[in-house]
Amino acid sequence: MNFELTEEQTMMADAVKKFVVNASPVTRFRALRGTEVGWDRKAWATMGEQGWLAVAFPEAHGGYGGGFIDNALILEQLGHSLVPEPYIPSVVLAGGLISRLGNTAQIETFLAPMLEGRTSLALAYAEKQSRYDLADCETTATKSGGSYVLRGTKVWVLNGHAADAIVVVARTSGASRDRGGLSLFLVDGDAPGLRRLRVHGMDGQSTALLEFAGVEVGADRLLGNEGSALEALEWAIDRGAAAACAEAQGQLSELFTRTIDYIKQRRQFGRPIGAFQVLQHRAADMFAEVELCKGMMILAALQVENADADTRKAAISSAKVQLQTGGWLVQESAVQLFGGIAITDEQDIGLFFKRVRVLQGLFGDADYHVDRYQSLPSFEGEAA
Amino acid sequence: MDMSYTPEQIAFRDEVRAWIAKALPEHLRCKAENGGHFELEEILEWHKILAAKGWAAPHWPQEVGGTGWDVAQRHIFGEELVRANAPTLSPFGLTMVGPLIIQFGTDEQKKRFLPKILSGDEIWCQGYSEPNAGSDLASLQLRADKEGDDYILNGQKTWTTYAQHADWIFVLARTSPTAKPQEGISFLLADIRNTPGIEVKPFLTTGGTPAFSETWFDNARIPQANRVGPENKGWTMAKALLGHERTSIGGVADSARWLGVIRRIARDARMGGKPLMEDAAFRRRLAKIEIRYRTVGMANMRTLAAAQLGHAPGPESSILKIVGTELQQEATELAMDALGHNALGWFDSPTDAMPEYQLWLASNFNYLRAATIYGGSNEIQKNIISKMILGLPQA
Repeated sequence: MNFELTEEQTMMADAVKKFVVNASPVTRFRALRGTEVGWDRKAWATMGEQGWLAVAFPEAHGGYGGGFIDNALILEQLGHSLVPEPYIPSVVLAGGLISRLGNTAQIETFLAPMLEGRTSLALAYAEKQSRYDLADCETTATKSGGSYVLRGTKVWVLNGHAADAIVVVARTSGASRDRGGLSLFLVDGDAPGLRRLRVHGMDGQSTALLEFAGVEVGADRLLGNEGSALEALEWAIDRGAAAACAEAQGQLSELFTRTIDYIKQRRQFGRPIGAFQVLQHRAADMFAEVELCKGMMILAALQVENADADTRKAAISSAKVQLQTGGWLVQESAVQLFGGIAITDEQDIGLFFKRVRVLQGLFGDADYHVDRYQSLPSFEGEAA
Repeated sequence: MDMSYTPEQIAFRDEVRAWIAKALPEHLRCKAENGGHFELEEILEWHKILAAKGWAAPHWPQEVGGTGWDVAQRHIFGEELVRANAPTLSPFGLTMVGPLIIQFGTDEQKKRFLPKILSGDEIWCQGYSEPNAGSDLASLQLRADKEGDDYILNGQKTWTTYAQHADWIFVLARTSPTAKPQEGISFLLADIRNTPGIEVKPFLTTGGTPAFSETWFDNARIPQANRVGPENKGWTMAKALLGHERTSIGGVADSARWLGVIRRIARDARMGGKPLMEDAAFRRRLAKIEIRYRTVGMANMRTLAAAQLGHAPGPESSILKIVGTELQQEATELAMDALGHNALGWFDSPTDAMPEYQLWLASNFNYLRAATIYGGSNEIQKNIISKMILGLPQA
């Protein structure tokens, strides 16, 4: 049992922190907010040069052989200043799936340039009706000669508006919500028949609605085996959930420390408002939940790699529930303690609040994960 | 980072587990499993078995009878004891006054008191709280006036758990009435059985058990040699101890036991003709509380791992006391709800409708309301966090 960082991990986290403080303060996010791409290809290239995109991939795939905990440490730092580059969709979601399922040619074509920060990726899985059910997929891929034709609509595709290539979940057989019959395809961002509609999230980041109106891809674009993608997809979305916990940890930490600083300085009734016990106890509650979130962020990052899928799911669901229950206490208290200023757009508190809420709602919210937790076989057991 | 135990730690766990399984008397195991209230003699029976093995005080230094185990081993041992349904030993000698004597006591005091604490031959109780000094402990009023080589004690202590069975009491007493509240307090040891002027009056808790008592001091004379540490430094020493107490009363392992009790109830209890365990709303409640247990457990593990590397338990340990005791209470609340109207009985009138393991539930539910109050109430813990960690201005 050991939760200390290695020397390499400490150095890496420090380097990311330096980048965040010097090159990517919240003002950079503000400037990019609402622009065509919403993030900066040069910053992405820098992250590639630093090795931050490749760190957790196997050496055989051009990575450094680290673990998901390395991704988590990076994301936590990026979260501190709302760095908008597409780390989660590119590295965690699509990158993870290509590394796990891809053949040599696919890894060379799609993964390698992304690890260097030259391209970015996305994963298109959610649909309007699907909520968090990964098998609820109405997008179809029909075999036609040596290729597949994709038809359907995907929503909330993180980085879908800008990605060079998109991993698309489509049904090659079965009815919607069948666990079998799902397949993954690698689709070029500029493929004919693909319409990309940029959609702003409430957090100021861009996502996309993708319409596949008969997009034809070759059989070489099938990622993994036909019809059995669900298990890998569940794994990838659990990675997304672990990543959400990690990134949100940076924001929760900002919400907490900025609130403490503020209530020490803000004076009302002739004294700093932080001298009032009712606010002190709320601040103590925030402290406790930030600490508890941190523990669960670590648990999620370590257990997302557990080979036993049920153990992984139990840990990820627990962490995601804490992010939305404990995390919510932190974010809503921050706004409440800052008072009116917190709901102005010029105050950063609102930006952190919104980003955390988006991360809470992605990859399964608390209700979904409580339900998934109680459906695991281990839930029937003698004790926890 | 690594969450798992090392092979050596797993071997240690297996050794401890096997020994406890053999050594723990069945009637004690059975009673603990059913949540029954232990009489002091029953606790002592287990204490003496552990003492004979040399495992009664794992956290003491080896030269005074500790085990020499590291933090992880002590944690494993503690977990195994709960897992095996062993009675919890009385903490007042082993966990509270013992370590204080080890750290601040004279050689004579160590020789006189430690062996009998370890063996369980002398029972201790704690004299901290007073009717008018609860959360504001530093305002305590028990007077200790010097006369020759003695102190004369006058005043009253309350929540002196097990005082009616105890041989000795340790008290915080005011030795300098004019100093600032925190600076005039000394730590004294009194022979509660044989000192004229000390009177003990037990009272019942809402859990229906007679664990507590009030202790009165009326010109009770004790030698100055029974003061531990320097005069007027008792507060500082006691505060150092409270830090240790807080980490251990979060009771994370106890909450795991409660989750087992809840499942047992939910498999037996019916809802609409089916086991409660099949009810969707109940399952979600249980899932939420189990997730909270995992969350608190993870914080506990991080604190332990830090301690294993030699970092002292900081004020951060306060969050474990808060969230751990809240969790214990929530678990008993869910257990009560799971049992429905059958939860409303009392342990003194068993019927066939109420199996043994359900009989003590209401008592525990009531008694555990104390968990957020004792060891420094959770509100006091929040004051400590806001002052010591967050550095918030004091009113």
